Formats: sequence, structure tokens, C-alpha cells
Amino acid sequence: MTRLQIRKIVSAGALAFAGLATLIGLACLAAILWTLISKGLAGVSQATFTQMTPPPGSAGGLLNAIYGSLLMTGIGLAIGAPIGILAGTYLAEYGRGRTLSTVVRFVNDVLLSAPSIIVGLFVYELLVIRMGHFSAIAGAVALAVIAIPVTVRTTEDMINLIPQGMKDASTALGVHHWRTVTSVIYPAARSGILTGLLLAVARISGETAPLLFTALNNQFWSTDLNAPMANLPVVIFQFALSPYSDWQQLAWTGALLITVSILLLSIAARGIVSAMNSNRSSRR
Amino acid sequence: MSTTAEIVVPNAGASAEVAPRRKNEKYSIRHLNFHYGESQALKDINLELLDRNITAFIGPSGCGKSTLLRVLNRMYSLYPGHRATGEVLLDGRNILEPSVDVASLRFRVGMVFQKPTPFPMSVFDNVAFGLRLAHRLPRARLHERVEAALREAVLWDEVKDKLSQDGRSLSGGQQQRLCIARTIAVHPEVILFDEPTAALDPISTLRIEETLQSLCEKYCIVIVTHNLQQAARISKVTAFMYLGQLIEAGPTEKIFTAPSNRRTDDYVTGRFG
Repeated sequence: MTRLQIRKIVSAGALAFAGLATLIGLACLAAILWTLISKGLAGVSQATFTQMTPPPGSAGGLLNAIYGSLLMTGIGLAIGAPIGILAGTYLAEYGRGRTLSTVVRFVNDVLLSAPSIIVGLFVYELLVIRMGHFSAIAGAVALAVIAIPVTVRTTEDMINLIPQGMKDASTALGVHHWRTVTSVIYPAARSGILTGLLLAVARISGETAPLLFTALNNQFWSTDLNAPMANLPVVIFQFALSPYSDWQQLAWTGALLITVSILLLSIAARGIVSAMNSNRSSRR
Repeated sequence: MSTTAEIVVPNAGASAEVAPRRKNEKYSIRHLNFHYGESQALKDINLELLDRNITAFIGPSGCGKSTLLRVLNRMYSLYPGHRATGEVLLDGRNILEPSVDVASLRFRVGMVFQKPTPFPMSVFDNVAFGLRLAHRLPRARLHERVEAALREAVLWDEVKDKLSQDGRSLSGGQQQRLCIARTIAVHPEVILFDEPTAALDPISTLRIEETLQSLCEKYCIVIVTHNLQQAARISKVTAFMYLGQLIEAGPTEKIFTAPSNRRTDDYVTGRFG
């Protein structure tokens, strides 16, 4: 065999392995999605969105859990987004070359991959023990702690993508740095920062462990931030582990709801970016 | 341009004594040294820049001409480790002093860069950007100033119907004139151009050069260019730099036809650089 033939065989082999690996990965994803859809879709009805989580043996829905998830994710984002964006701005614009920013960046990366159950325990110690009971606000804070490192990272990355020339041009007009940040840098990085926020939402809306220690669960309708609140991940966790088939069905339905909404969020994030880019180029 | 012949300041230590200010002199640079960390980028520069005039800095890459330009509006002080010593007098005041407020200095000394840098906002807002930060102008007055700046930058006729479009949607040459309009909208006294046409096609370049010539009736203009023909076409005074030193400065015609230094002659005739 010539060297060329050997190389062709090696190349074909590498291609085959890469293709096989991709296939396995995609097959796992497809299997998960298929199971979710086939088992979850059967339980989706009007009652899912209009009734509360039921006691075992009676009919019900997921309304209180959906509401709780939306509310705590919303508050978590409202707390986490400003902190994350400002910290990311500091790292990209103010802290260049400083020891503090190196430390902050490192700690942020650690936090980014920290197990979420640790975050749950942290907020449990910080808020739940001091307040004496589980509460929705503690859940929202736990979600915020998870959202912050994601936002910091994406904000810093997106601001770093802005050409130095644009910042210099603003500075050369006699504009103070903070005005450059708010009037030039943020608008230029808007789509990227927004995508980061959507990804943070996608990340926190499926978190279970931090909510187990903080918001816990609530079988009834509750809008009290100072009381335990139902939420989809914990409901799925508890109902899926239960021996009752109607609860298990609701767990499948809830899992499908979360998966679909995260999928939609991710698609929306991509859509925003490409829409903003094509919007610009189409006018050329 | 016989009057400008007197401003030729050879880069010797001869002009150490403080010379009296000439009446239309805008900048007076005296014994300027500049360091990037350890390396010295400018060596004992002595030069005067006149108002209502275009001065071109020419020289091979790395000769320090862009560095010199960035001293004139203190852009260098954005970066740690960059330091300038000596004196750079703007209307008699040394701008290298730490007490100088750089934001208000840059408000007086505008700068246009090599790459067009439109901001992510409409054409109108781009031009109004500096104005809005500096003054609280009534709407009608703001419109007047924006229109006047766009006319001065010879861009008005092309964009008057697209003022609300994103500035980044214009062509490269239009973007550069937009940046010029943004700079002159705040009525600076000096405008610095750092190779403003290096990224543009010949027709856009011609447009920008026309713009520069009409601006020189009102402003002190300094331009760094790699394009020798451009320097010859538009500037009245040319300064040739080499390895961080100012080799020769004088009326453009003289620099290009009868330079007194051999290295200048070699450079403008294309023998090196």
C-alpha cells in the first residue's frame, strides 16, 4: 500500500468515528425529546394551565407551579441582571490589567461551574435559616446567584468584541468614560448582552436543587413572596418520585413545558442576534 | 506660502530659548519626548502648528507620526505606561500638565481615525452625539448644527433623506465623512486626522480631501498620511519624521521639490520608506 492510500484510509476512519460520535450524541438528545413528548404531551390540557397541583388521586394542573417559576425566574433575573451586567462592564472596561479583575474573573469562572446545590445551601444558610421558613424570595435570590456569573461572562465577552476604535472615537470627542459606556458601548453590545440574559434565564428556569432548599414547594395558589412557593422543577422532582400515576403524568407534562420553553428561549436568543445583524446589513 | 518658511525648525537644540508666539500659531511643541514603557517613540520634537492651515506628518511606518498626533489630544494617556515629557503648548497653555482636564481638551481638539467609527445609532444621533453631551440645545438649534456639520463634511446631500437610518448602514466613505461631521459638530478648534483615507477607495478619498480643504479655512488641521501625493495635494506645511525624530518641516512645496535634508529627499522621491 502506498502512503497516499494509508492516509486515505486513516482519513476515512477519522471521519467515520467523528460521524459516529455525533450520531450517538444526537440520538441521546432525540431519545430524551421523544420520551418527553410522547409521555408529556398526553397530559397537556386546558386544566394544566388553569388548575392547581392536586392531591394524589384527583385531577389538577400546574398553574401554581408555572406562576411560581415565572415569578421567581423574573425576580431572580431582576436581581442578577444589573449586578451581572455592571460587574461584566467593570471587568471589560475599568479593571483591565488590575489584580482585582483577575481575581474576580477567576472567582466568577469557579461560580459558573459551581454545583447549584451548593448555591441552594448557601442561600438556605443566608436567608431561610434567618427568616425561619422557606420563601419565594429566597428562591429568587438563589436563582439570581446562579444567573450572575453567566451574565458577567457574556457581558464581558460581548463588550470586548466592540472595536477599540469606536471607544477611542467617543473618548476623542471629549466624552467621559461612563458616557461612552452607556451611550456607545451598551448600544453596540446590546444584542450580545440580551442573548446572555436569555441564556441565563434558560439556565435558571430549570434549576431544581437551589429551589429545594429555598422556595421548597406549595400545593396551593400563593403570591406571597414571604411564603413557600410552587415551581415547576421541584414539582417535577416530587411528583416523579411519587408512587401515584396521575402525579407522575403531571411531572412528565411539567418536564415537557420546561424543555419547550427553554428551547424557545434559545431559539429566540439566536433569532435576536441574527435579526439585529441582518437588520443592519440589509440597509447597506 | 513664503511666510511659513520661517517656521522650519530643524531638530537641533538650537531653539532651546522660548520663542515668542507667532500670531496664528496654534500649537507649539518644545522638546517633546515620548516613551512607550521602555522604548522611546519620539525624540526631542520641536515644531509649530499654524491655525487655519493643514499640516501633514509623513514618514515610514513606525516613525512616530501617529504617536505625535495622539499627543496633541492626549489620547495616549488612556494607556498605562505611555508618557510624554517636554512642552506642548495649545494657545500658550501646556497640555501635558496633569492639571489639564483631558475631556475638555479633547472637546477642543477633535480626532478622526483611520477606520470609520460610526456609533450604533442613527445618522442624526451620530452627529448630535458630542453636541448633546456638551450643550442643552433646543431641538431646532440642534437640527441646525447637525445640518451645518453634515454640509461642512460634504455629506448632507447624500444623507438628508436617511437621517434616521443606522450610521453603520452608510458606505465606508460616507461613514468617514459622518465621523468628520460628528467631530466638527461640536466646533473644535483643531482637527486631527490619523490616516483618514487609508481604508477608502479613490473616489471616497477624493471626497474627503475636498472636505479637508474646505475645512482648513476655519480650523487648524493636522493629518498623518502614508500617501505622499495626498500630503502634496492638500497640505500647506509638511513635517517629515524618521525613527522618532522630526527630520524636516516646512512648506509642502519645498519639502517635495527642494528638501534640505537628504533623507527627506530620499523619502519623497521614493528611494526608501
